[in-house]
Amino acid sequence: MIERLNSRQMASFAARGFLRFDGRVPDPVNAQFMDEAGGPGPADYRGLMANSRIPEVPAGTPMMDAYAGDTALGRLVRLPWVRGAVESLVGHGSLVDHHFLHVLWPSGEDGKTQHTHQDSTIDPRLTFDIQLMYFPHEVTPDMGGTRYVPGTHLRVVSEAAIARYQNIVGQEHVVCPAGTLIFAHHGLWHGGGRNRSEVVRFMFKLRLNPTVRQQRLWDTSDLTDADLAQRPIFHVKRGRDPDHIHSILTRGEPWFENDTGRIEYINRIRFWRFLLGDDSFDADYWVTRVENEPQSVPEI
Amino acid sequence: MTTQRQQVLVLYLRNSALDSAVVAWAVYDGTGRERHMSGDADEPPYETGLGALQDGWRLIQASPLLDHGVGEEFRTGYLKYEFFFEKLVCDAQTGEATGGRDPRG
Repeated sequence: MIERLNSRQMASFAARGFLRFDGRVPDPVNAQFMDEAGGPGPADYRGLMANSRIPEVPAGTPMMDAYAGDTALGRLVRLPWVRGAVESLVGHGSLVDHHFLHVLWPSGEDGKTQHTHQDSTIDPRLTFDIQLMYFPHEVTPDMGGTRYVPGTHLRVVSEAAIARYQNIVGQEHVVCPAGTLIFAHHGLWHGGGRNRSEVVRFMFKLRLNPTVRQQRLWDTSDLTDADLAQRPIFHVKRGRDPDHIHSILTRGEPWFENDTGRIEYINRIRFWRFLLGDDSFDADYWVTRVENEPQSVPEI
Repeated sequence: MTTQRQQVLVLYLRNSALDSAVVAWAVYDGTGRERHMSGDADEPPYETGLGALQDGWRLIQASPLLDHGVGEEFRTGYLKYEFFFEKLVCDAQTGEATGGRDPRG
C-alpha cells in the first residue's frame, strides 16, 4: 500500500515547486543512513566517499533497483508515504538520474555560501524531474541548511546565471528536525548555506526522472466540480477558501513582480492543465481571457 | 594620495518605477570592510529604490524595458527590474567617504 498525494498537495507543488515533510522519516532509518554515509569522520569528500556505503548508481537505473531493501536508502524509498509522493509526482518506474551526499563541514565565519542556482541546465519542459532532499539529522539555524525560493521553479533560467541575486524576499532556509524530506521540482532555485556550527551537516539529494506521462498520478478522489468551475473574481464579497485549487494556484510569493507575478499564475495554470490532462482548466479566468479569440461571424 | 573604492548595490524592484518595492538585492563592497554573500539577509536594505537614492547611493544603470518576443510573451526567467547603484569611498587611511551610510544601514 502506498500513500499518494492529494490534489491540494499537488496544486501546492505546482504553485510553489516543493512539498516538505518535516521529521517524517523514522529515527532508525536516519541513524542507519548516518552510519552508512560514513559518519562525520573524514574532513574531505575523497575520504568521505571512501568510507561511505552509499552505492554508486549508473544514471538511468530504476529507483526500486538502485537501493537494496535492507539499506537506509532502500528503506527510505519504500516508506509508503515516500513511495506515494514519488509515484504521484513522477509515476511508477522512475529512474535515478543521480544522487549525491552534500556535506557541509564547519567553516566558522570564513566560509562562503553557495550561489543561488537552478540545478542541471536550462530546461524548458513541462515534464519535470523531482529532487528529494533528505536531511537525516537535525539542522539548526547555524548549520547552513539549504536555502530555497518558493515559486521559482517555472522560471526558465540557466543554472548559476541567477547567482547575482544574493537575497530574495521570501527565501527560506532549511531548519528542521532529523528525518525531513523535501520533494522539489527540478527548477526550484536554491543554494547551500555556510556551516557556522561545530557539527558536520549532511544532506542527501536524489534526482528522479519520470518514465510515464505525468498525468493524474496522484489521488484525485478529492477533486470536485467546484475545483473546475469558475468563481467570482476581483469583486468578491466573501473571503476565499484558501484550500480551493484556484486559491492555491493564484497565491503570490513575496518576490513576485507586479506584471510577471500574473504570468506566474498563467504558467501555473498551464502546468496544472498538463498534470490534469485537461486543456480547458482555468483558475480565476487568467488563461481564458488571453485565449479568447472568437471565430464566429455574426450575421448582419 | 587617496584611492577610491566602489561599493555596489543591486536592487531588483517590483516594477520599473524606482519607488517600487525591493524584491531582491545584492551588495558588493570594494573596500573590503564588509563581506556579503548569498542568503546572508532576509530583509532588504531599503524598502524601495528611492530609499537607496535618499541614502546617498548613485544610480548608474537601470534595466531597459524590452518588448516581448512573439511566442515568448508568457515565458518568465530572470528578474526584470534591475537597478545598479554605487558609492565611491575614499581609501580607509584617509577616513574620508564620499557616500552616505553603510549599505546595511
